[in-house]
Amino acid sequence: MSNGLYPGLNLGDHETEANEKAEINVFGCWVFLMSDLIIFGILFATYAAYLNPVGLAGGPGPQELFDIKSVAIQTGLLLLGGVAYGGVSLTVKYDGGANKVVLWLVISALLGAGFVFFEVSDFISQAQMGGIPQASGWLSAYWTLVGLHGLHVSVGILWIAAMIAQISTRGLDNTVKVRLSMLGVFWHFLDLIWVGIFSFVFLVPLA
Amino acid sequence: MTEHTSPIFGNLNWNITPYTDLLDKVTTSTIIGAGAATVLVVGAIGAVALLTWMRWWKPLFRDWLTSADAKKIGIMYIVLALVMLARGVIEGFVMRAHQATALGTLASPESGLVAPDHFAQLFSTHGTIMIFFVAMPLLIGLINFVLPQQLGARDMAFPVLNQVSLGMTAAGAGLIMISLLVGQFGTGGWTMYPPYTGKEYSPGEGVDYWLWAIMISGIGSTLTGLNFAVTIFKKRAPGMHFMRMPLFCWTSLCVAIMLIYAMPALTVSSTMLLLDRYADFHFFTNTAGGNMMNYANIFWMFGHPEVYILILPAFGVFSEISSTFSGKRLYGYTSLVIASMSISVISFTVWLHHFFTMGSSASVNIAFGIATMIIGIPTGVKVYDWMATMWRGRIRITTPIVYLVGFFMLFVIGGLSGIILANPSIDYQVHNSTFLVAHFHNVIIPGVLYGMLAGIHYWFPKAFGFRLSETWGRRTAYLFVGGFLFTFMPLYVLGLMGMPRRSPTFQNPEFMPWMYLAAFGGVLMLAALASLFWTFWTSWRNREQLAVPGGDPWNGATLEWSSPAPAPEWNFPRIPVVTARDDWGAAKRAGDPWKGPDEYVDIEMPANTYFGVILAGAAFILGFAMTWHIWWLAIASLLTMFAALFWRGMKVVEPVIVPAEEVERADKAFREQVAGLTPARRTEEETAQNKGVPDITEFAG
Repeated sequence: MSNGLYPGLNLGDHETEANEKAEINVFGCWVFLMSDLIIFGILFATYAAYLNPVGLAGGPGPQELFDIKSVAIQTGLLLLGGVAYGGVSLTVKYDGGANKVVLWLVISALLGAGFVFFEVSDFISQAQMGGIPQASGWLSAYWTLVGLHGLHVSVGILWIAAMIAQISTRGLDNTVKVRLSMLGVFWHFLDLIWVGIFSFVFLVPLA
Repeated sequence: MTEHTSPIFGNLNWNITPYTDLLDKVTTSTIIGAGAATVLVVGAIGAVALLTWMRWWKPLFRDWLTSADAKKIGIMYIVLALVMLARGVIEGFVMRAHQATALGTLASPESGLVAPDHFAQLFSTHGTIMIFFVAMPLLIGLINFVLPQQLGARDMAFPVLNQVSLGMTAAGAGLIMISLLVGQFGTGGWTMYPPYTGKEYSPGEGVDYWLWAIMISGIGSTLTGLNFAVTIFKKRAPGMHFMRMPLFCWTSLCVAIMLIYAMPALTVSSTMLLLDRYADFHFFTNTAGGNMMNYANIFWMFGHPEVYILILPAFGVFSEISSTFSGKRLYGYTSLVIASMSISVISFTVWLHHFFTMGSSASVNIAFGIATMIIGIPTGVKVYDWMATMWRGRIRITTPIVYLVGFFMLFVIGGLSGIILANPSIDYQVHNSTFLVAHFHNVIIPGVLYGMLAGIHYWFPKAFGFRLSETWGRRTAYLFVGGFLFTFMPLYVLGLMGMPRRSPTFQNPEFMPWMYLAAFGGVLMLAALASLFWTFWTSWRNREQLAVPGGDPWNGATLEWSSPAPAPEWNFPRIPVVTARDDWGAAKRAGDPWKGPDEYVDIEMPANTYFGVILAGAAFILGFAMTWHIWWLAIASLLTMFAALFWRGMKVVEPVIVPAEEVERADKAFREQVAGLTPARRTEEETAQNKGVPDITEFAG
């Protein structure tokens, strides 16, 4: 840390070129997520702007549509998925071997997939109750914000699959390690956004 | 727009080209439309023929399109921008020519060269092209070319991502271009406000062309911002701390940060409009809880910072050239840094002034009015700093200085009319009039176009190894200044007389003299454009006399002038260790600037790749397929992009190693050449004596 390099990567000796590249790549990933955060921020603001009788436009509202139990399960699965990714980072850091890294990746992906499963079944049951995005401005905002997050999680799962493929062909080389670190930043970022969605999209209108 | 949708061709059919319109009905409007399409087709065929005839296809791909070198990417950006500039200026001229013939009567308002719908397409494409495909690629290209060299770096932080960004911008530009030939463009202006641009009122393909061009190129710009910011934060040469960075790097940093935070807003507003149009969402519709003001808010959350994204790089150029061509150190470096940062922050707090008249409360309008006026303060600081830099300097009236002086006079007028518009009560009077058109052209043409052209003139020798003709450069500059004055000053008057903007017709004969003046200005602008291209051509023909292999034709002070012209792919034989602000100037003051490094090492350069080309091609096809509802093609191109990403991830990409001996050989050859050239005195700057080795005893910076 004191030399300004990105910690927890286990790239061999300090102050090598690989370390410098890792620092640039992971920092770039952070900057990209800052930009992504703006997208979510605007969607949050839009959701808030449509959460009123005009935006609801006589369509079904949060009281009828939201199943807080399912949302709680989703929250649990996603956050546990974040914890599981900690296993990936620690295994890389302490040289735990490629198999263990893949195992933790699979666990993270499964927890993420469980989240997506519950989310999609929520979307389906909401649609059956008339809560489709075409029904009102509020529902358009809801589906876009929550759907975009779900899309991010799905992309994260695809990314995990790509990383497993890379580990199996390339092994844990420095590039793969750095990419695992970037994926970690992305994966934890999704938890952060979800905490916002859980509190702001679901708890606020139900409270 | 058509009702028969086929699974293979979507909404495409043969009745959608300007030629079918022409066959349908011969008017000046359809002739102009078909003529423009013909220029595009002939231009494309001509380009293909030229590339084939000269056997340039292979070098085009091998040396340029697949290159990850920021200098080449920058040059390609600028070439793209100049092509689009030609179209944008000609469109502007057609609009001025139309309005000079558009005096109608209440009984028959339709008169003039083009039909009302055609006119609406013209101002929509003109605005879209000028902002997104001229100004943005110009400044991004210039930053790409200059930034790594000024920072003492070999390349951008992410060279391949840089190639992808260029590809995305080119794909968006391609969509705008093809809209000239296939189908029609939207008529909602460059901002494409709903609900007018929603499906209900604009059912055709025009808005979709805009949306996909903007989304695809917008992603490119976001990634560029990321790339610039990380490059500046992480790739500066050792010793170059922030307060030693040249001002151009500082404004690039501001631009990068603004791109990162502003572009997502455009992505969001476009995506929402897209969902409204394609999937019946209700973000901006009049019915079912939609709120069109939300579009205005989100769009201008991007749109206002965008204005300063455009202008700050020009401010960076002006900082460099005012110092270089006055032979003085930049006055008020710290205040210029603070002013740049202040502008970028304040620019995010003023967006609502774009819709003062759309029903906000008086207190909201006042808050944004005051914020808008405040932004004039740091901008004023800058203008004074540049003037103070020139004060008692040994000024050479080179082309960049002509642009700078033109900028001083015109930009201040534009800024003042901006302060007038920032007052909500005045804005209510003149908002939707040509006064506003005059205002924003009055800041953007001197502020962006002059700055970028000055920058191109200034750094051209570094890119190609020869200077541009000063005579023709100055003629171009004078024509752009004069053309601006004649075209846009009358629009202030017309606006105050009540001429609405975007209107294809008017009934007041008193407008006519002003319309003729503006049309004459349009002729001057066309002449300026021609003169600009002539400058490149005539300079290329005289490249022997104008050659500056020494690489420092203007007796500069920043690092990029220490390398040969054109600069080698690796920029510097060794990464310089920076000890002062304007390090090359410090080396000159110390007396022996061209001393070579003690030892040479291998240099790693990024390998060429087709990655960006593939992504750009797929993105262009995706946009086209979505515009015409050709779903299978859209899915195929999306899958291609995913496949390319996976393929790139699986591949182990080895960098290209330039061996130390080759670096040493090239570098020593350069230094011997410099030693053999006679240093040129300042008075000989424009003559053939200037071989890029200046007399360093004259360096006063």
